[in-house]
Amino acid sequence: MYGIRPRQKITQTDWAGYMAQRARRAGSQAIQQFYDTPLPDPETPISEVPMVALDMETTGLDERRHAIVSIGIVPFTLHRIKLAERRYWVVNPSRPLDEASITYHHITHSEIAQAPDLEAILDELLVQLAGHLVVVHFRNIERPFLDAAVKARRGEGVLFPMIDTMSLEARLHRQTLWARFRRWLGRPPVSIRLHASRERYGLPAYQGHHALVDALATAELLQAQIATHYRPDTPLKDIWC
Amino acid sequence: MDVELLEIRQHMGRFPPFDGLSDDLLDAIAEQVEVSYFKTGSHILVLNEMLEELCYIRSGAVEVYRSQGELYNRLGEGDIFGHFSLLRNHKVRFPAQAIEDTLIYFIPKAVFQRLCEEDDHFADFVELERPRLETAAEQQKKSNEMMVTRIRKLLTRYPVMVEASTSLQLAAQQMSEAQASALLVLKEGSDNPRYSFKDSEGQAWQMCGILTDHDFRTRVVAEGLSSQTPVSEVVSSRLITIQSDASVYEAMLTMLRSNVHHLPVLYRQRPVGVVHLSDIIRYETHSGLYLVTNIFNQPSIQGLARLAPDVRAAFVRMVQEDANSQMVGSALSTIGRSFTRRLLEMAEEELGPPPVPYCFMVNGSMARNEQSIVTDQDNALILSDDFDPEQHDDYFYALAKIVSDGLDACGYTYCKGDVMATNSQWRQPLSVWKGYFLDWMANPTPERLLHSSIFFDLDSCYGEDIYVEILQDLIAQTAPQSPLFLAAMARNALNRTPPLGFFRTFVMEQDGKHNNSINLKRRGTAPMVDLVRIHALACGSKAQNSFQRLNDISKTQLLANGMSDKLSYAFEFLCMSRVRHHMIDLQEDRLPDNNIEPENVADSERHTLKDAFQVLSNAQKFLKYRYPMPAQRSGR
Repeated sequence: MYGIRPRQKITQTDWAGYMAQRARRAGSQAIQQFYDTPLPDPETPISEVPMVALDMETTGLDERRHAIVSIGIVPFTLHRIKLAERRYWVVNPSRPLDEASITYHHITHSEIAQAPDLEAILDELLVQLAGHLVVVHFRNIERPFLDAAVKARRGEGVLFPMIDTMSLEARLHRQTLWARFRRWLGRPPVSIRLHASRERYGLPAYQGHHALVDALATAELLQAQIATHYRPDTPLKDIWC
Repeated sequence: MDVELLEIRQHMGRFPPFDGLSDDLLDAIAEQVEVSYFKTGSHILVLNEMLEELCYIRSGAVEVYRSQGELYNRLGEGDIFGHFSLLRNHKVRFPAQAIEDTLIYFIPKAVFQRLCEEDDHFADFVELERPRLETAAEQQKKSNEMMVTRIRKLLTRYPVMVEASTSLQLAAQQMSEAQASALLVLKEGSDNPRYSFKDSEGQAWQMCGILTDHDFRTRVVAEGLSSQTPVSEVVSSRLITIQSDASVYEAMLTMLRSNVHHLPVLYRQRPVGVVHLSDIIRYETHSGLYLVTNIFNQPSIQGLARLAPDVRAAFVRMVQEDANSQMVGSALSTIGRSFTRRLLEMAEEELGPPPVPYCFMVNGSMARNEQSIVTDQDNALILSDDFDPEQHDDYFYALAKIVSDGLDACGYTYCKGDVMATNSQWRQPLSVWKGYFLDWMANPTPERLLHSSIFFDLDSCYGEDIYVEILQDLIAQTAPQSPLFLAAMARNALNRTPPLGFFRTFVMEQDGKHNNSINLKRRGTAPMVDLVRIHALACGSKAQNSFQRLNDISKTQLLANGMSDKLSYAFEFLCMSRVRHHMIDLQEDRLPDNNIEPENVADSERHTLKDAFQVLSNAQKFLKYRYPMPAQRSGR
């Protein structure tokens, strides 16, 4: 993931306390409601956790210089991915779109020109996320971009726990003794990008780089990871971060 | 359409039954699917759980079981399951388990019901086996004009009819006036109910014969008869007729089989017209007729052998014109019989007239009128009981040799089992043949019957038809009373079983093992023929053709209601599949064989074939119960 600047690592041991504190101090009503909606207890078995897969396409990799172009979400549980309840928004990044990213996301200038600012859909987005555990593939995009975008518009950001399917893959393929041994041998590390990770679980190749398709792909990947390496009664605290 | 759902609808749009859906319906499905991942070994559907969704395999593989745990099917990408239960009480009847890591799209019940209501093709597909086979079989039938056009459509006028006492001269004058090439001869009375009818004044008449231009030449002028002779003295008493609602095709076959050119057409017993071969040729120029005429015009075996490519061409044309398996089967059998007859004529020309009467019998597919393009010869000689081996056998051996070698030269290869008239065992007088059949039926063992079951498909090809009819009667009388014989035949019929279906590029066996190809004759049509033969023998049917046998069986209580229809559809589909693959082989310049490779089987054909195999497999299981081996007497 070359080009992503190093960030402060967010490690919360007490997400519930953090959320309650944010709810008390919240200025925006939408943000207050978001933080007021309780999340499942860290001990909840993963099979009982309501989740929502989230993916964003952005104009680049740095939230200070780049902006969000589209957001896709798909609510799901370990049992079912509810595609009928999916949501997808294209938003105006208010920052220049470079040609490379256009070909990458297949979202054009005219589509963006007609799209609303994130402000217009933010309340709705927060309602959809509230009470669900957000699942992303590589949290270091979604987390800082969303935080920065909300902070720019409401004067306060949003941080919340996430399940990161990429970091689950990293635990398996980058942090084991075997992975270190491979690295010592000079072998290239196993790819933990979304497509490559899905392939390892026999999941089909989807056309990538569409926020909603990637959100669906992420939800499927988490189901596969839990089915393969965890158990339905694995507590949430072992998986989120 | 949301672009994000394109992924899903494009995938579904590639597989039946979704491939025929409108874009709107595909969108409606993609909008509503739910998705779930199943690890290898995990249960997707559990017996008796409620089911509210149709399952679509996006990736991976799934095994479906019967409620007793027996493997029902193995499915891969693009296959669906759960529809049987959805169509019924929504309880899972066929549990399913992932045998690879699998991604399932669940289609909600409401969407499934909408698809069934709005799309007939989809509804047909998800119904149980019968409708799909039925639809497949009927589509083939409908698309063929000749099969559905009734012979009465070809009639342009009433027949010329005269009384039996009319003089030949007057009869000839009437024919000339009407520009007819044949007239029907009537007499008063009704002693032959088959041809009796009443005219508008209530007078009872019956048809006693037909007189043609050809008869005037050969029977009147050539014989020097007086023009005042009554027609009744020269009329041909061999009356071959057809009902007005028979198809053009049946009429054509009747002419070819009986070697007549005029056919009186009856409405019940009343004559309504006469068709001539040329009427049919005019109607259907692309038929096997020219070929058959050509066969009879060949002066030598070399000439006959040169017609082999024409046979293949006629076959390909017939299949391309959507002939059904019965048409293809009987046309090829007619062609095969014509070769045989012509060879016998040649043999008699060479060897002189036969010293005693004989019947040249055909067996197997030719007797059943189900011949395919890949075929060998199965035949035998039934000789008059006046046959004396010392005096006559040299003649008949020579005759058999000419025919057998000739057939081989024409592409009907020698029978590997030596079921040919050249084998002295199968060149015997009628009394010996009766003995053979009685012995087979009275002292059966599966081993003995293995090689003789082919004789239970028997038909006359040339000569004294009555000899074969006597044997057919004997079998029809004896077989139903021979439980041991039926049981032994049933045991043999189970030697060859169908596969379970296809899985990806493999043929899947009942035990789940994979094969690369399947012999559709050995594993499909032949076991079906065996099975139908046993039921036909049990009910005393004298029919030889499997469809006609099934028709006879359906009139009895041997099979559950509707079962014989199911078997007919399944058989038709198996035969057509085989025929189509033969055609593909021929078009691609390969030697046609009975093997088909799964990758050459279209998706929709796969599903229907699987249904047909299923029908066959169930019918085979029933055979065991229906004709059990009578209990062995044990020592205790």
